[in-house]
Amino acid sequence: MGVHYRFRFPFEIRDISVKLLAAPGTAQMRFASKMVYSLEQGGHAVLCTLRRFAFFVVAVSSLSNAVAQEPSLAPANGAEAGQITEIKVGYLRAYAPQLALSVLDVPPRDEGVAGAEVAIGDNNTTGRFLGQKFTLHVTEVKPDADVVPAFDDLVQRGAFYILADLSATQLLSIADLARDKGVLILNVGATDDRLREEECRANVFHTAPTRTMLADGLAQYLIWKQWRRWVLVYGSHEPDKLFADALRRAATRFGGEIVAEKQFTDTGTARRTDSGVVQIQRQIPVFTQGFPEHDVLLVADESEVFGTYVPYRTWVPRPVAGTAGLIPSAWHPASEQWGGTQIQNRFAKASGRRMLSKDMAAWTAGRIIGEAATRTQSADPETLAEFIRDGDFSVAAFKGQKLTFRKWNWQLRQPIFLGDGRSVVSTSPQEGFLHQITDLDTLGIDQPETRCALK
Amino acid sequence: MLRRLTVLIAGPALAASMSVPACAYMVYVSNERDNTVSVVDSTTMEVVHTINVGQRPRGITISHDGKLIYLCASDDDTIQIIDTASYQIVGTLPSGPDPELFVLSPDGKTLYVANEDDNLVTVIDLESRSVRTEIPVGVEPEGMGISPDGKALVNTSETTNMAHFIDTGTHEITSNVLVDTRPRFAEFKSDNSEVWVSAEIGGTVSVIDSASHEIKHKITFEIPGLRAESIQPVGVRITADGMKAYVALGPANRVAVVNAKTYEVEKYVLVGQRVWQLAFTPDQKMVISTNGVSNDITFIDVAKDEAMQSVTVGALPWGVVVHPN
Repeated sequence: MGVHYRFRFPFEIRDISVKLLAAPGTAQMRFASKMVYSLEQGGHAVLCTLRRFAFFVVAVSSLSNAVAQEPSLAPANGAEAGQITEIKVGYLRAYAPQLALSVLDVPPRDEGVAGAEVAIGDNNTTGRFLGQKFTLHVTEVKPDADVVPAFDDLVQRGAFYILADLSATQLLSIADLARDKGVLILNVGATDDRLREEECRANVFHTAPTRTMLADGLAQYLIWKQWRRWVLVYGSHEPDKLFADALRRAATRFGGEIVAEKQFTDTGTARRTDSGVVQIQRQIPVFTQGFPEHDVLLVADESEVFGTYVPYRTWVPRPVAGTAGLIPSAWHPASEQWGGTQIQNRFAKASGRRMLSKDMAAWTAGRIIGEAATRTQSADPETLAEFIRDGDFSVAAFKGQKLTFRKWNWQLRQPIFLGDGRSVVSTSPQEGFLHQITDLDTLGIDQPETRCALK
Repeated sequence: MLRRLTVLIAGPALAASMSVPACAYMVYVSNERDNTVSVVDSTTMEVVHTINVGQRPRGITISHDGKLIYLCASDDDTIQIIDTASYQIVGTLPSGPDPELFVLSPDGKTLYVANEDDNLVTVIDLESRSVRTEIPVGVEPEGMGISPDGKALVNTSETTNMAHFIDTGTHEITSNVLVDTRPRFAEFKSDNSEVWVSAEIGGTVSVIDSASHEIKHKITFEIPGLRAESIQPVGVRITADGMKAYVALGPANRVAVVNAKTYEVEKYVLVGQRVWQLAFTPDQKMVISTNGVSNDITFIDVAKDEAMQSVTVGALPWGVVVHPN
């Protein structure tokens, strides 16, 4: 796909038009981003006209920006004035349009990318005091594609920091190549525990939480509520089974009891159609009939086959949690605590939509690079990596406390939000779940259990 | 006189508070969540009035003559002017979007406002009620401190993690000092020797030399039984004699008392939940904290460094200012 892009038009166009001329976060930038998406998706015939128009708009906007907001370029103490260092951040993404059971859950076209763009904008606001300029270079591949050519291309273009929103398999296919080339990867998408365990890497940092962190965050709340008896229903695809495993582990860990389990096999449901809904109203009660007495029904359906249909349709009236009902996540679009309003407003202004978990993971990854570059006043990947690996490194991400990395597998510690579709219900770790180092390590696989040997 | 009498009649319950205040001050508290300002009498320690104001009131200050309150109505993108005699809103100032916190110049003529959403400091001329200029700063500007001579302004940007020193004559940034994560507040010593900058997530207060702009000391806090993550310094106030400082520690629910000469923390005063901002009474006999989560404010006795009384105000109290006379 990366190679394919190059055939259609030079990369320099998207880089220049989006990242260099338009100020991040401005209306012009949003427009330019949309133009680039149009360019990517548009046919060759309309390409030149669009490209010319985009250039015109962006060039005009950059002029007006320059007039409107010329910052005072006083260097920070210790920085040399006048020199601008560019720090190129790549964003490598597996993307294909996805179906969802509810149209509200269809992932936005720029999910994740929009968070990275806001982070780059934030970094540039800081960077202008230090002579640092950050640029974002987005490349998309298909979810099952070979990602190596696109990776090579990004590195060739000077991106030594890559935000990856890829499958675990794709990520592993570039992890060792990246190590040999001195490239840092920040995983913003994959929740697979194996990437932090048996398949962990010294050059791969994870800002996305793991399935075990998500499941533990949920389980702690259910235990705190004294809702201890659970029924687990899970989908028939691999990710569903992995999340079901994480929920089983959480039950054992925190004293929940899974009194029954049942698999919902994907036989190709008629998503969102009228007849489908009629069928669902009859099928889900039957599917959930006959379970032993339980407090909560847990759903593991990352594949969007049946989960959304479970709440309000169960045989007996019980709350639903997991991938439907009460959902654990890295961020919630309605979180306003801990200064959250500020990032929510900034994000909404820049992207025209609410901020989702993947946007937050990507924003945090972008800010980690920015924070390291600011504090070291360097653009050298080795210097930045050393700084991020330091025990004292932390980043603020509107979650009420500083976030640090687990040094044994480079997973970012973070609170887990529990929310329904409207609001944040709670955040974990819950009160009373204690840990000798940090309460955040009550979420997910802890150091004594890890199978990670960093290499 | 009548009020004084009431206190006497109230008897033993208020005996402790009676020992300190010589005169009554009006205390104004902005309540972020219910769009009000609570007016509290410092002698009776009771809410005497509630003013309905604009949306999401946060930063609050008062003119030097005590006649006008300035209030950041953040979600209305404006600063409201409240008459302290009538409690009526008598005007607004063009603050720019999302004003959060501001500082009044020592001559009372200029208001410097942090516009959190737009990475700007807006300079407002109070006489003409117009914007004099805007100064681009770092991401999420919040803390605003001004030197006693009015020549240097310090703004802190929460995501950039810098204290920006601004020359108020030229409106140019003269220096950017990297501090710890999420700097929230800047406070000059009255002798202009130092600026103290709190870092909420970093958990420290940086003491910056006003002349060299170098960090000369970093104050850290340790409270037995509390995790480091829950100690989040926000509001800072330093006594006029430069001897003692008070630092609000957020979810640690305490105000730290710091020796401002040695930088040693001498005491932690337990107040309400999530304590953010502080204000002295003009006689500096009391310091008042806003406790956001417990919806109250706490009066602290400066001589004894003990909490005297907490008073329930509105929802999510944010800022506090005391009438100068």
